[in-house]
Amino acid sequence: MKFDTPAGANPIDKMTVIGRPTDRIDGPAKVTGTAPYAYERHDVAPNQAYGFVVGAGVARGTIRSIDLADAEAAPGVIAIVTAENAGRLGKGRMNTAKLIAGPDVQHYHQAVALVVAETFEQARAAANLVRVDYQRVPGRFDLDAELERAPLVGGDSNEGSAAPPVDEVGDFEGAFAAADVTLDERYTTPDQSHAMMEPHASIAAWDGDQLTLWTSNQMINWGVGDVARTLQIPKDKVRLISPFIGGGFGGKLFVRADAVLAALGAKAAGRPVKVALTRPMMANNTTHRPATVQRIRLGAGRDGRLTAIGHESGSGDLEGGQPETAVAQTKLLYAGANRLTSMRLAVLDLPEGNAMRAPGEAPGLMALEMAMDEMAERLEMDPVEFRVINDTQVDPEKPERPFSQRNLIGCLRTGAERFGWDRRNAKPAQVRDGDWLVGMGVASAFRNNMTMTSGARVTLEPGGRVIVETDMTDIGTGSYTIIGQTAAEMMGVPLEQVEVRLGDSSFPVSAGSGGQWGANSSTAGVYAACVKLREAVAQRLGFNSTDDLDFTGGQVSAGGRSGQLTDAARDGAITVEDKIEFGDLGEKAQQSTFGAHFVEAAVHRMTGEIRIRRMLAVCAAGRILNPKSARSQVIGAMTMGAGAALMEELAVDKRFGFFVNHDLATYEVPVHADIPHQEVIFLDEADPQSSPMKAKGVGELGICGIGAAVANAVYNATGTRVRDYPVTLDKYLERLPAVA
Amino acid sequence: MASPLNPDVSRRGVIVGSAATVAAGGTAPLNAQGPRMTTPPGPTLPVQFKVNGEDRRLDLDPRVTLLDALREHLQLTGSKKGCDHGQCGACTVIVNGRRINSCLSLAVMHEGDQITTIEGLGTPDNLHPMQRAFVVHDGYQCGYCTPGQICSAVAVLDEIKDGIPSHATADVTDRPRATADEMRERMSGNICRCGAYSNIIEAMSDVAGTRA
Repeated sequence: MKFDTPAGANPIDKMTVIGRPTDRIDGPAKVTGTAPYAYERHDVAPNQAYGFVVGAGVARGTIRSIDLADAEAAPGVIAIVTAENAGRLGKGRMNTAKLIAGPDVQHYHQAVALVVAETFEQARAAANLVRVDYQRVPGRFDLDAELERAPLVGGDSNEGSAAPPVDEVGDFEGAFAAADVTLDERYTTPDQSHAMMEPHASIAAWDGDQLTLWTSNQMINWGVGDVARTLQIPKDKVRLISPFIGGGFGGKLFVRADAVLAALGAKAAGRPVKVALTRPMMANNTTHRPATVQRIRLGAGRDGRLTAIGHESGSGDLEGGQPETAVAQTKLLYAGANRLTSMRLAVLDLPEGNAMRAPGEAPGLMALEMAMDEMAERLEMDPVEFRVINDTQVDPEKPERPFSQRNLIGCLRTGAERFGWDRRNAKPAQVRDGDWLVGMGVASAFRNNMTMTSGARVTLEPGGRVIVETDMTDIGTGSYTIIGQTAAEMMGVPLEQVEVRLGDSSFPVSAGSGGQWGANSSTAGVYAACVKLREAVAQRLGFNSTDDLDFTGGQVSAGGRSGQLTDAARDGAITVEDKIEFGDLGEKAQQSTFGAHFVEAAVHRMTGEIRIRRMLAVCAAGRILNPKSARSQVIGAMTMGAGAALMEELAVDKRFGFFVNHDLATYEVPVHADIPHQEVIFLDEADPQSSPMKAKGVGELGICGIGAAVANAVYNATGTRVRDYPVTLDKYLERLPAVA
Repeated sequence: MASPLNPDVSRRGVIVGSAATVAAGGTAPLNAQGPRMTTPPGPTLPVQFKVNGEDRRLDLDPRVTLLDALREHLQLTGSKKGCDHGQCGACTVIVNGRRINSCLSLAVMHEGDQITTIEGLGTPDNLHPMQRAFVVHDGYQCGYCTPGQICSAVAVLDEIKDGIPSHATADVTDRPRATADEMRERMSGNICRCGAYSNIIEAMSDVAGTRA
């Protein structure tokens, strides 16, 4: 199905299943521990051996030799894989660094070897006996220093966030120089780790030259392609199965060392092999969100209208990598005639930087929305009003191009009212509650809506059961449920009558899970397949016309005739397949999602301890397919954003070139005690330009802006501004208001 | 395949059997040295405990953690390995009525213990009230930390009922109550990176009969 004109009325509009807060259909499996994750598939292949990964002990250099003698002689060892004995390997299209080091080492903890043994304990013990002799060479590990000579580079996060090296509209420098009120500040965000709860894990089994990988991967079809490219085998010899994924956040968009080494280990051992990265390997072996250094310049008239918006960002990555597109949202978020964005990319020899939840926008808005807060104060304006008067209904760089829908003002106004924003004291450090200084902060949320081709196969079985198969993944996002809801709505059956099968490369290729495109695109693909199934049903029932086809409560009707859905499959199941393909609607009008974050924070007047007391997000993101799981996506993103604001930072060892705090005790993420009750409001929307579902992405919107909202609340509480994230005690304790 | 679920098959038997399979199987390893027999397994220790009410006897490498005994040897994979270092709580199980991080405990230390895992709390067709509450309140997303959260949640409510104070208890001479702050404090060893905390506290409050 081609989607190239805005959706008219369609069966989804009935919203008898879609749009209702619905318990997850995979919920009972998850809460009983019976949902199988990658490393747990004892059932799929007999006689599995255990692989343990050895990571490089240097950041940059060459492997002179590897002494495997002791490891090979250790109890239980079956095989050891290294680059030397692995045969010729390619590199995945989505990988910047090779997944296996040798002879060169590109980053710390890059995989050097896999030790395969009968048991996990034996593999681990033997891995400690692998002795690698490195020739270490100096590397580039200091972002600030490297940015001084870094070139301007454009980039695309492949997740809906892109910007050219330099983008100028109007006369930025002139307008900034002439503005009544200006701001020129530097903001930094650190390297961050996805730290999903399930480590990257795979079980590999070969049947002749056919490889099956039970793995944990967000993008099945990308994964198949990159496994094939890396192992230099045909794509049709690779099958990926990934029905449950213990968190991804972008860290499992790509094939990682666990999958490739499991495949090589299984080949070497002649039997299935399972591999999980250990927690301490994850931060350096896999990808991370790159640190940024951002300069923001804003110029406005006394009336608060922005006349100049400048946002320049620098980040680093391995040779051949990509910039963090932190300036992308600044091209679209606020009005202003004179604009400048630019990005610099330094080469660093740290582990590979890549997509993490809302790449670009998450760190970009941490800076921009703090700058907006500072600018509002300089203008003596309310930060909500300042954002409202700088709203734009068209692409500010191309005024002839509208937004498909844009209700940022509604988000800000609704949120202000519901949060009690009018109780905020505009002057910071004025509100006390016992020993706590209390403040409120606001920020806009913005993230583009991406659409991606997505296919599905649907079957109507005798008895009326509907089966949906697609290689779409559910990484906690709720895909199982919204896909089931879509099929139930389209076929006029209760949700319980739909079975959803996901995450298998033998199913039709879907959009996959990334860039908050998954929900809208994958359900639109299921919609397309169901339209075909409805027509096939009508034909089986002998209907001449399909014009006013209606499927409700197991009944099918059209042109004054009606029949039973089950009768259509009485003589055999009907299976159809289709995909949704998107035309150029996204170019004609800008499709984006909007929100507003409100935070109340308290800071202890003596110890400086920060507590988040209240959080509210208001979102305008098209039709919400399942308000229950969509709300969870938003509160989860708000939680990760609170971590970014207050604690998350991969500490770089600039001498040896690695992230020092590479586990969950030292890379701090929010825990229960850090997060209060969270509120989310979805504005009632349906965007006919996004897809037949009229939905948009929401999974990343929640992390966009929230970091700044937290930091702005801390500022309002204390009058102390910290522009280097995370906002930790060492950066502000000295500057807190004097204790009387 | 010899099943570790079958207590009549010794671990040694499984290993010897599989090693023989490798040697006879003949798929050439990529290693230049060619196929090799594995060296004999190291010593094992017998251990006996009850898991979810069932007697289990295992002969284990003494390095095997309780978590890996459950996941790899008994194939009870509901308990999760998130860090293997006691930093995340995904492996939480209830031993003799108290929750522990099963990754921080060697299996052979648990002779005679009563162990309850997520599988022992309920099944998809017969959910424990806490499991039901997690579904209703959407107290999870990816589901990987969920069994640990639920085991912890069940044990936390018992701890509060038993009058055990926490850092968040205002007056340790009073009986603690299942307030949101009490539960958040006690649950803080169970990390949820998807960020379902707000919903988990609602689920627990629902079961505790209190308001979040």
